[in-house]
Amino acid sequence: MREYDVIVVGAGGAGLRAAIAAQEAGADVAMVTKLHPVRSHTGAAEGGINAALREGDDWHDHAYDTMKGSDYLGDAPAVEALTRESPKETIQLENWGMAFSRDEDGVVSQRPFGGLSFPRTTYAGAETGHHMLHTMYEQVVKRGIEVYDEWYVTRLAVTDEDEPEERDCHGVVAYDIKRGEIEGFRARDGVILATGGLGQVYDHTTNAIANTGDGVAMAYRAGVPIEDMEMIQFHPTTLPSTGVLISEGVRGEGGILYNSEGERFMFEGGYANNDGELASRDVVSRAELSEVNDGRGIEDEYVHLDMRHLGEDRILDRLENILHLAEDFEGVDGLEEPMPVKPGQHYAMGGVETNEWGATCVGGLYAVGECACASVHGANRLGGNALPELAVFGARAGRHAAGDVDDEPKITTGWSADSEEGENVSPVPLGEADLPSAGKGALADGGAASDDTASAVDADGVVESAVQAERTRVHYLLEKEEGVNHAEVRSELQETMTQNVNVFREEGALKDALEDIREARQDYQHVTVKDPSRTYNTDLIHTIETRNLLDVAEAITVGALARDEFRGAHWRKAHQERKDDEWLKHTMLSWNDGSPGLWYKPVVLEGEDKTYEPKVRSY
Amino acid sequence: MSTQTEPPEQTDDEAETMPESEPEPEPPSPGDRRRAEKAEREADREAAEAAEEPDLGDDAVTLKVFRYDPEVEAKAEPRFDTFRVPFEKGMTVLDALIDARDTYDSSLTFRHSCRQAVCGSDALFVNGRQRLGCQTQIADLEGDVVRVEPLPHQDVVKDLVVDMEHFYDQMEAVEPYFQTDETPDDELEEQFQTPENREKIKMSTRCIWCGACMSSCNIAAGDNEYLGPAAINKAYRFAMDEREGENMKQHRMELIEQENGVWRCQTQFSCTNVCPKDIPLTEHIQELKREAVKSNLKFW
Ligand SMILES: Cc1cc2nc3c(=O)[nH]c(=O)nc-3n(C[C@H](O)[C@H](O)[C@H](O)COP(=O)(O)OP(=O)(O)OC[C@H]3O[C@@H](n4cnc5c(N)ncnc54)[C@H](O)[C@@H]3O)c2cc1C
Ligand code: SF4
Ligand code: FES
Repeated sequence: MREYDVIVVGAGGAGLRAAIAAQEAGADVAMVTKLHPVRSHTGAAEGGINAALREGDDWHDHAYDTMKGSDYLGDAPAVEALTRESPKETIQLENWGMAFSRDEDGVVSQRPFGGLSFPRTTYAGAETGHHMLHTMYEQVVKRGIEVYDEWYVTRLAVTDEDEPEERDCHGVVAYDIKRGEIEGFRARDGVILATGGLGQVYDHTTNAIANTGDGVAMAYRAGVPIEDMEMIQFHPTTLPSTGVLISEGVRGEGGILYNSEGERFMFEGGYANNDGELASRDVVSRAELSEVNDGRGIEDEYVHLDMRHLGEDRILDRLENILHLAEDFEGVDGLEEPMPVKPGQHYAMGGVETNEWGATCVGGLYAVGECACASVHGANRLGGNALPELAVFGARAGRHAAGDVDDEPKITTGWSADSEEGENVSPVPLGEADLPSAGKGALADGGAASDDTASAVDADGVVESAVQAERTRVHYLLEKEEGVNHAEVRSELQETMTQNVNVFREEGALKDALEDIREARQDYQHVTVKDPSRTYNTDLIHTIETRNLLDVAEAITVGALARDEFRGAHWRKAHQERKDDEWLKHTMLSWNDGSPGLWYKPVVLEGEDKTYEPKVRSY
Repeated sequence: MSTQTEPPEQTDDEAETMPESEPEPEPPSPGDRRRAEKAEREADREAAEAAEEPDLGDDAVTLKVFRYDPEVEAKAEPRFDTFRVPFEKGMTVLDALIDARDTYDSSLTFRHSCRQAVCGSDALFVNGRQRLGCQTQIADLEGDVVRVEPLPHQDVVKDLVVDMEHFYDQMEAVEPYFQTDETPDDELEEQFQTPENREKIKMSTRCIWCGACMSSCNIAAGDNEYLGPAAINKAYRFAMDEREGENMKQHRMELIEQENGVWRCQTQFSCTNVCPKDIPLTEHIQELKREAVKSNLKFW
């Protein structure tokens, strides 16, 4: 067993920042990550980081824009922490050498982005995430922080008290991909989950193939509530054939959307009379699909994004990367032709429930970055708000885990906090995807220590028994003879989600999706790993990931079915209005013997010195 | 489907990709034996399936993929497997590999993640050249067969996965992190950088650590100590950044003009030719050589 003060799971922007902060606060830190840090998906971020840096701008305005953007489902204490601390974190990156784009006078450049009242998106060409990821990793190397790369965390080592709020997390179980060995990692002070997005739930996504929602699923099964899972952001400009993202920076710089009739539909179609192309993402995504559904799409599938009028110099200066993407992945020369675009899954606003320090209701367990829901994005994330989130909450959780913060959080966590019972909305029986003969519960759960190991009282024992449970599970998967390939289960799941739980949502389709997910769960009971090798067994890894996708997909769909209103990215055909009386609350799901238990908690609209009153959200 | 096995064709490049020493044999445990049997049955079943090849029409891609797994007897001898997958417009080499793996043989092993040329996971040797699988359109390749091998001059872990440790070590040897003489006192104070200076380092900051350049370099192949193009480019990125200051630049120049540094480069341009991010690597190395001469440092 390996032992550290703080263990960070995942080494994207959120994990790297957390590790640096914890180390600076005096902790002995290790990072455990299934990809080498520079391969994390933060490297794909293009547009930029929002920070109120300039005269004429103020973090209060950024907070206001963010609350409005969230359609009043953001929690003000978290939103204010984000916007107040983003300038400091952004300049910290600059001080670490990050190659931001520069204005003539040598200061970092900023540009307009959707839903922002000031051009406060700080950027490095159209490859901001690449620079941010590498800059942070460089600092990790400089500090000599230990990194276990290509180690896959499969389970959290959590005690088994009945109430999740009484549980403690003592470490994680990880699988060394290169050697095939399973080992325990004991964390004396805290485990920080920073495992990123879950886009692989869908088949058309901007996310990496490695974004399989592992952290969300593991925490969920360990008893931690997950929040607002139905809030999935669809980005309006992705390349139709691959899902590769064309940054919002293109519209920020003045790019225009046209339908097949050559109309600038954002204005002419009346979708956003003030902001046009720069309305927030949910608005633009729905507009595009409406055009396509009304027969004004190109090849019945997409619309055009034109940036030619910006001129070659400006494009090369600020959007060069976009030219490469359009050329490599769609065969289109953005200097000569408009680019085809359509909406694609992009970001998970929901995730592991945390407070404004990244702490969950389980002792010693934190979550930050895209896998977490602190809730800064509510029902709709503004472009350029995820990167500052990584830095701000990464740093906050790192410091907190290392014991450097003594602060009473304003956001409550766990069921016993101000919560309200929800009705079970599932029309189909739900249940766990278990691996039958390998022992019930703990094996497939990846959660709290199983019943038969309840005797494990001390921290080391909890980690040890979790390791044992994982060894049995992996052994079972490798030895099992006949069965289904994970890829089949995964593609069925992705198809039904894309078909039924997309931008436009209807009750019938959501129920169909649940039924399909249930079927996929049953298929998963028979899953088998064909590759018998212990060396670099990606067959095994993808099989375990697929299990996580099932849980996450189910949570998204159950949440979408429960929320019968229209808020932010969540549009319901039969409920085309925001219902503030009923729905100023978060959808919460808890792992309940394998079924999602549904409940709600109120949104916190009170900030430091003002309350964000819900207003009509128009752009 | 077809997974025909054929003897590996021995060319110089392939010989290089073979592991140098056999892994230590461990006494087989009952589990290992069972797994070996399972693998054999699997192979039989696949052979049987191979007999009934589905009709993929004319539009099929033939992939010839390098296979090797030190642990599984049937794969311990390196070989090539052939897969035929249906062609779709816009299909990349990575798409084809994924298709082959998900449809025919889930043990086919390679790294991948972003599928948009930013994570650097899938640098491969495709039709005799280092490329990113996700960035390479099948339609742009010449010939009827797409031949996919692991990066040459690196130890193969399994199938297309190579050991990247040496590459990472070389990257770390150049102190790949920003270091300044003075840092701003105020947490909101920036260090100014002219747009021209940012432009100067721009290309060098694009490296995604894919390892293609290192694999293409004859000098690096023959000399394990040579820092190699990616690490030198990383050094360039910092040495040319005006914010680091003169003292630090001096220190960086000393690092890269040591015995293993820039002077080893013989200006063959292979790194520049294969870099998927179009970084002018050779040019950067040459510029550092000129700087070194200018600053009158030791000459090896
Ligand atoms: C194409 C694209 C463009 C974007 N552009 C912008 C933008 O311009 N501005 C903005 O603000 N936001 C942007 N976003 C959103 C933002 O980039 C992401 O939300 C953010 O980078 C996620 O960072 P992360 O650290 O949470 O996760 P990631 O960077 O995805 O890192 C996850 C880490 O977890 C590890 N991991 C996962 N599972 C496991 C496991 N089981 N065991 C061990 N390790 C594990 C992975 O190896 C990886 O290191 C963009 C997103 C995409 C997809
Ligand atoms: S310099 Fe180019 S080829 Fe070399 S590692 Fe970096 S991106 Fe890859
Ligand atoms: S998969 Fe990331 S570079 Fe190809």
